[in-house]
Amino acid sequence: MLSVQGINVFYGKGIHALKDLSLEVGQGEIVTLIGANGAGKSSTLNTISGLVRPRSGSVVFRDMDITKLPAHKIVEAGLCQVPEGRRIFANLTVQTNLELGAYLRKDKAAIARDMQRVYELFPRLAERKQQPAGTLSGGEQQMLAIGRALMSQPQLLMLDEPSMGLAPLLVKEIFRIVQEINRAGTTILLVEQNARMALSIAHRGYVLETGRVVMTDSASVLAEVDEVRKAYLGG
Amino acid sequence: MRQELIERRLPWLILTVGVYLVISVTSALGILNDYHMINIITIGISIILGVSLNLINGFTGQFSLGHAGFMAVGAYTGAILTMKFGFPFPATLLCGGLAAAVVGLVIGLPTLRLRGDYLAIATLGFGEILRVLFINWSYVGGAGGMVVTQRYTNFHWVYAMTVLTIIVIRNWLQSAHGRACVAIREDEIAASSMGINTTLYKVAAFILGSFFAGVAGVLYAHAYYIVTPASFGFLKSVEILIIVVLGGMGSISGSVLAAIAITLVSVIFTPWPYLRMILYSLALIIVMVYRPGGLMGVKEIQLPALSLKKKEGQQVGTP
Repeated sequence: MLSVQGINVFYGKGIHALKDLSLEVGQGEIVTLIGANGAGKSSTLNTISGLVRPRSGSVVFRDMDITKLPAHKIVEAGLCQVPEGRRIFANLTVQTNLELGAYLRKDKAAIARDMQRVYELFPRLAERKQQPAGTLSGGEQQMLAIGRALMSQPQLLMLDEPSMGLAPLLVKEIFRIVQEINRAGTTILLVEQNARMALSIAHRGYVLETGRVVMTDSASVLAEVDEVRKAYLGG
Repeated sequence: MRQELIERRLPWLILTVGVYLVISVTSALGILNDYHMINIITIGISIILGVSLNLINGFTGQFSLGHAGFMAVGAYTGAILTMKFGFPFPATLLCGGLAAAVVGLVIGLPTLRLRGDYLAIATLGFGEILRVLFINWSYVGGAGGMVVTQRYTNFHWVYAMTVLTIIVIRNWLQSAHGRACVAIREDEIAASSMGINTTLYKVAAFILGSFFAGVAGVLYAHAYYIVTPASFGFLKSVEILIIVVLGGMGSISGSVLAAIAITLVSVIFTPWPYLRMILYSLALIIVMVYRPGGLMGVKEIQLPALSLKKKEGQQVGTP
């Protein structure tokens, strides 16, 4: 479904953030990118979603070359990113945030149906429809960010650090919902620092180190590999 | 649904027509003299400038300090067209607005890539460049300015243009385009990850705002007999910005109220120019301390909907 081939990304003159990075995501999968700070996880997602331009390499999504498309065209193609740090519209209400998620869609009935589905998935949001999004707790904001992304009806949903700054119980809740979204038919590319959690729900994983893929396998195998256990899973 | 829409719009229609009739009649009867009328015209021009800048600064969140520059483009275009080519006034209004919009597009495309302070500095620079251009352009009178003998601008034109500005910008903001603009103000990256073409909407808001600033410029040129480069300096841009900030970044009715209030204050204190600047500044400080979001914040004035049909089953008292 998504195929990234040998992308190279530079920041300024000196920093070579991604080095010949390639990865594949198949229809219906949950694929996770794990790695330390600065390994290039977020850069990879930002490159796929068009926020960062690669100097070389290509990104192909459902047989369409999206390497040079602007960010909003990539969303139109069915690929939506939940950005790191959530980036909800703090002064607008929960409801308006979700409506903006459906910005590109015209089918009012289907939008209403999806809105209902998001509220079923996140009952806490339903209780806070008219509240400004900035007054939500961190976990609720993350839920809103995911819900807003779902409103664009993505084929592939990319999540950047959904567990960031959340209490362990909420992290579990978020991951359970991510799995649920996946079962309903949305492919997921997940970037996480919390490697244990990520590998527990993913089908496959890529381990990134200083801008390169150093290992890739099914999630259950990766969770057993010594280097991964030592480096990311705490023994 | 249609009925409901009419009921909600009716109070505004009555208010708009009412204000128009009251001012027209009182001025025809001589209760409002020429001095009053020129101040009312100033208020109208200030409202157009404030509301159009609010679209750029308040709703779309692009901090522009060059609004007087677009006004200057409109004013000079208008002056040239009526004085040198004898254009009729409606055509002049349209051309002045279009000229400012074209300049808005040319300036907007490169500068709207900048954010916050950088955009403010770039637009400020643009305003100064225009001013210097007009000073050195002898065709339009250089630093001495250009005399406009046709005094086309009257209360009716100003009122019509003010109402038109408010309606167009309000409708734009109520549409999906407006939601896109507000999303960009709130968070540009999030907006683009919703599929909003951020460059397009920033430039569109800039062009629309510039267009009405140009219209205000044409009205200005034909109200005061003379256009000089000095009238459109940095201070004029700040004056418009003050209207937007005082009224509330993101409130059309706030800009309208602030434009009226600021013009009135400066008119009332004209005999004491020094006191006037002190009061002006003091008012700003007080508003910023107690209402940092401006008088209206992001809210709009709401008029109660008028009910057209008789209320059914209305019972008085309970048994």
